[in-house]
Amino acid sequence: MSERRVLLIEDEPNIIEAIRFILARDGWRVDTHSDGQTAVVAVRDRAPDLVILDVMLPNRSGYDILQDLRSEDATKTLPILMLTARGQKKDRKLAEKLGVNRFMTKPFSNEEILATVRELVR
Amino acid sequence: MAQPVLAGTRIRDYRTAQGLRQVELARAVEISASYLNLIEHNRRRIGGALLLRLADALGADPSVLSEGAEAALATALDAAAVAHGEVGAERDRMEELASRFPGWARLIEAQYAQVRRLEQVVERMDDRLTHDPFLSASMHNVLSSVTGIRSASAILAKGDHIEPEWQARFHRNIYEDSQRLADATETLVNYLDGEGDISETGSLPQEDVETWLAANDWQFPALEADPSMTLDAILSEASDLHTPAARDLARRILTQYAVDAGKVPMTALHKALSTTNDPGPLAAQFGVDLPTMFRRLAAAAQSSLETELPFGLVGCDAAGTMIFRKPVPGFELPRYGGACPLWPLFRALQQPMMPLREHLTVSGRDDGTFDVYAVSEVSHPMGYDRPAVLKGWMLIRAAFNGVNEANAIPVGSNCRVCAKIDCPARREASVFE
Repeated sequence: MSERRVLLIEDEPNIIEAIRFILARDGWRVDTHSDGQTAVVAVRDRAPDLVILDVMLPNRSGYDILQDLRSEDATKTLPILMLTARGQKKDRKLAEKLGVNRFMTKPFSNEEILATVRELVR
Repeated sequence: MAQPVLAGTRIRDYRTAQGLRQVELARAVEISASYLNLIEHNRRRIGGALLLRLADALGADPSVLSEGAEAALATALDAAAVAHGEVGAERDRMEELASRFPGWARLIEAQYAQVRRLEQVVERMDDRLTHDPFLSASMHNVLSSVTGIRSASAILAKGDHIEPEWQARFHRNIYEDSQRLADATETLVNYLDGEGDISETGSLPQEDVETWLAANDWQFPALEADPSMTLDAILSEASDLHTPAARDLARRILTQYAVDAGKVPMTALHKALSTTNDPGPLAAQFGVDLPTMFRRLAAAAQSSLETELPFGLVGCDAAGTMIFRKPVPGFELPRYGGACPLWPLFRALQQPMMPLREHLTVSGRDDGTFDVYAVSEVSHPMGYDRPAVLKGWMLIRAAFNGVNEANAIPVGSNCRVCAKIDCPARREASVFE
């Protein structure tokens, strides 16, 4: 079985470090990217099995990135888990409308994020 | 009209509650018992001096017996019933409720008004959380720090073997995030303390300021005597101003008041008012613009005015939001939501510095007629290549002579409580539909 790869698009270094540690211990290869403007290109280049996408990123919103990814054939069905500090119903609805697979609000637990990643990439 | 029915019924209720016979009450108010009987059975309308005599004899507040108070109360009750249609309140018996149980009716009215106020507060706070960039960024900061701390501490607490290098890294991360969290929460608390614009009572700054202005009868004798005096002395005694935002608003109003008082001394204005009450000639006489004279007339002593009828005043910004409200009896100024779009106040915004004078009839309890002046002023504090700042002012007074009511323009207070169902300018459905 080939190595499963996650692309973590997040700009908070300490959150990146924690998620990377948790997933790496579970056997995932974790690549990271911190800039919203170039995130779509990063997904194309890295072709991960799953994307963890923060909403509030420098230069571009996670919603816009999600929309772009869903408009491309190669990433139309790519599992995407969104992380956000804003958990209002309207934020969740917007993400669902744009085609997110799972929407998780900060602060999340390590077990929660690990279980979700496992579930999205079986 | 339905209201006279209420007045007669209420008079009868008051009389019987006090064990008075018709003949006794009739004698006390110097009318015949048969005439009182007609009134009590709603076959004669009453008002004016007789209403006052009856109220006095019954120990009742004249406004409680009057038609206007009941109609206003009934309107408020109806608005509450419509807003909570799921309850199935008997709207057709609303007037009976207002008439028979005025205390309970006022309680419903007060509670509905309080609910509306609180809803406004919640909407405001929600809107602020959503759109205030500082609050949004601060909350993001707090939640990101908490997330980092939670994840790192959970990794360390789990008890699995972790390489010393990673242990040190997570310890450092927890320290950094906790430091950041402390800073973020402190900044947030300072911001909310300093900028909070909702008082503990839930009242908004403008409400606090209006309460304070009304308590001062819209006049500041100290500023009249010395327009250059420091405003702190007045503001320090203003216990109605609960928040920094309210005090800031009050300070701005006082600053304008002082400027106006310097241009139009009240003693001189009172003297001039014996000749004319028309703001146009008065503004020319004092060499000031109309908005200044409007504000001075709104602050003038009632006793100095012709027939002692006070002036009301409304000010609005270019978006139509009311920034100043001095009410006048019979011309209701909506507290929330937009006002009637037919008010000349808003037309004045379309033609800056061109004054308007109109007679308006206000649909409502008394169908009163009002003599209204409106004008807008424009300034360019941001420079002439930037948006101008526009303010509209409308001076309102009950019309008392020489008014051809047929030529008066019918207006309302706001669409929700306006009985002009077919009004082409209507913005939303009326509770009367």
